[in-house]
Amino acid sequence: MRGRALGIGTRAGAALLTVGVLAWLPQYYGATDTALFAKAIYIAIAALGLNLLTGYNGQVSIGHGAFFGFGAYATAILMNDHGWDFLATLPVVAVASFVVGAAVGFPALRVKGLYLALITLGLAALFPDLVTKYVHGTGGTTLVQPPLPTSPGWAQGFAPNDDQWRYYLALTIGIVMFILAWNLVRGRFGRALLAVRDHDAAASTIGIDLARIKVGSFAISALYAGIAGSVGVMVTGLANAGRVETFQLSINFLVAVVIGGTATVLGPVVGAWTFVFLERATQDLFPDQALLSPAIFGVALILLLFALPDGIVGGARRTGRFARRKLQARRAPRAPDFPSPIREDRQ
Amino acid sequence: MDLNLFFSQLLNGLSSGAIYASLALAIVLIFRTTGILNFAQGEMALFSTYVTWWLADQGLSIGLAIAISVAVSFVGGAVIERVVIRPFEKASPLVIVIATLGLFLALNSLTQVVFGTDAKQLGSAFPDTVWDVWGLRIEAQTIGILVVLGLECVALWVLFQRTRIGLALRAVADNPEASRLLGVRVGTMLMFGWGLSAALGSLAGAMVVPTTQALTASSLQSVLVFAFAAAALGGFDSPLGAVVAGLIVGIARALTIQYIEPLNNIELVVPFAIILVVLLVKPAGLFGSTQVERV
Repeated sequence: MRGRALGIGTRAGAALLTVGVLAWLPQYYGATDTALFAKAIYIAIAALGLNLLTGYNGQVSIGHGAFFGFGAYATAILMNDHGWDFLATLPVVAVASFVVGAAVGFPALRVKGLYLALITLGLAALFPDLVTKYVHGTGGTTLVQPPLPTSPGWAQGFAPNDDQWRYYLALTIGIVMFILAWNLVRGRFGRALLAVRDHDAAASTIGIDLARIKVGSFAISALYAGIAGSVGVMVTGLANAGRVETFQLSINFLVAVVIGGTATVLGPVVGAWTFVFLERATQDLFPDQALLSPAIFGVALILLLFALPDGIVGGARRTGRFARRKLQARRAPRAPDFPSPIREDRQ
Repeated sequence: MDLNLFFSQLLNGLSSGAIYASLALAIVLIFRTTGILNFAQGEMALFSTYVTWWLADQGLSIGLAIAISVAVSFVGGAVIERVVIRPFEKASPLVIVIATLGLFLALNSLTQVVFGTDAKQLGSAFPDTVWDVWGLRIEAQTIGILVVLGLECVALWVLFQRTRIGLALRAVADNPEASRLLGVRVGTMLMFGWGLSAALGSLAGAMVVPTTQALTASSLQSVLVFAFAAAALGGFDSPLGAVVAGLIVGIARALTIQYIEPLNNIELVVPFAIILVVLLVKPAGLFGSTQVERV
């Protein structure tokens, strides 16, 4: 569908333009806004992974804040206590989150739908307790504040400030993760995810290994959340896992997926940026009424879902299809309206 | 083993379990009538509890305050169904989950805006008498909570099994289309279900707060986690399951805190471990009904 709507050249051009704009942002905006953009990037990374699980494979998780926290603590502790370089921690976090995700996703073989959502809720509730019990950070608290990567000499030309350098690191990691997700859903694995979501019993009869797909999608989404946690540490400078924060992060990832558009590759990214700016906008609306902002945010969220139940990307596609059909109808007014043998809205 | 200590922990577990059971009942009620898992259940109860506190603060007796708050919550729950949930009638379950999460955020912050952020004190509806039975301290509070839970169960059973409105509620839960054809007002029933659920939550809130230190905006969040655990353990569509599982979760938690040293501070593991084991053996929960699927 998209292939026909926009040529490969148009899409490559749009991608280059987007990356160009993203690269230009920290040159123009100050440190506060750059931190906000970087936050949008790490939420987008986690949402990309959660979308593989929830959007493509239909398994709802309200516990991915725990994997995020896991990645964050792994990076922070490796950097702080063992003197590792930030980038060196990423492969370790990726492998460890993948393994933990597979272990947690194992019950998903038997437990479905809302029950699974509840198990993951338990994960989000439990993780802060585990951290409180086993992590001994700065001054006996659970906070770990590692030394952050600084802008190296060769990068002074385009990123003289450390926050700019960190933004570019986050952006690079984000682009790599995006391309990985893009390739993943377009291949055999992606189609298997959809088949299992739509009807797992039917999928297994055509030779799809249910266990591998279900546990695999859990593990991969945990990997994404873990990497997002590492990037989060680099951006915010600390690893923390309060009860409220972990739960809120888990919700934020889901919100980003749903307002962006489930089961679209671009959706979580659009959703994450929309989410971050919506949150910021509701904070700015009544600066002296900080308490009110979650209320406005909650209402805005419900209204947005009401207007665009299939998310921003889904809504945009629907509008695009509608407009094209109108255009075609105008060009060939008497064309007979035969149903196409291949359904158009297959996506 | 100190039997006295064991029994007093058992009682502790029963009284907190009864509170989890009340909120789990509220969750199950909504799930049965609408198929929605309401993540805002705890925050709805929180708001109701603040209403109770406010009424008591105006000088009303605590019993009257609870009664008025239950009535207000009933109306509030019905309004929430009509205004927030009904527009999503045909949306995907995931969208509805997010909508209830939006409601969660909105209600939590609204409560703080309306009633302030300072911790409130709410008295108990029960006398603080303590009976001594063979050296075992039994608080009137504990008995009171259990009695309330028992009354709730009886009232719900009578409502669902012995009245026309209960029959209509069950019909709507079972098959909304057919009920509509038979002249049942589906929309009204859904509002009624949500109202009932909010009223139950209000009762649960009024019971839980006197057992904790004070009423704050996060008072009911951990209760909600345990209530969800209970609902999952019992099976989302079984009120009986919710009550039994609520008590199991409460007792398991109390005994873990007392007896299993390595799980200190992470006693939350226990209910979820129980759920996991139960669901692996019986995926629909202890009392839930299994759904047969055809390809």
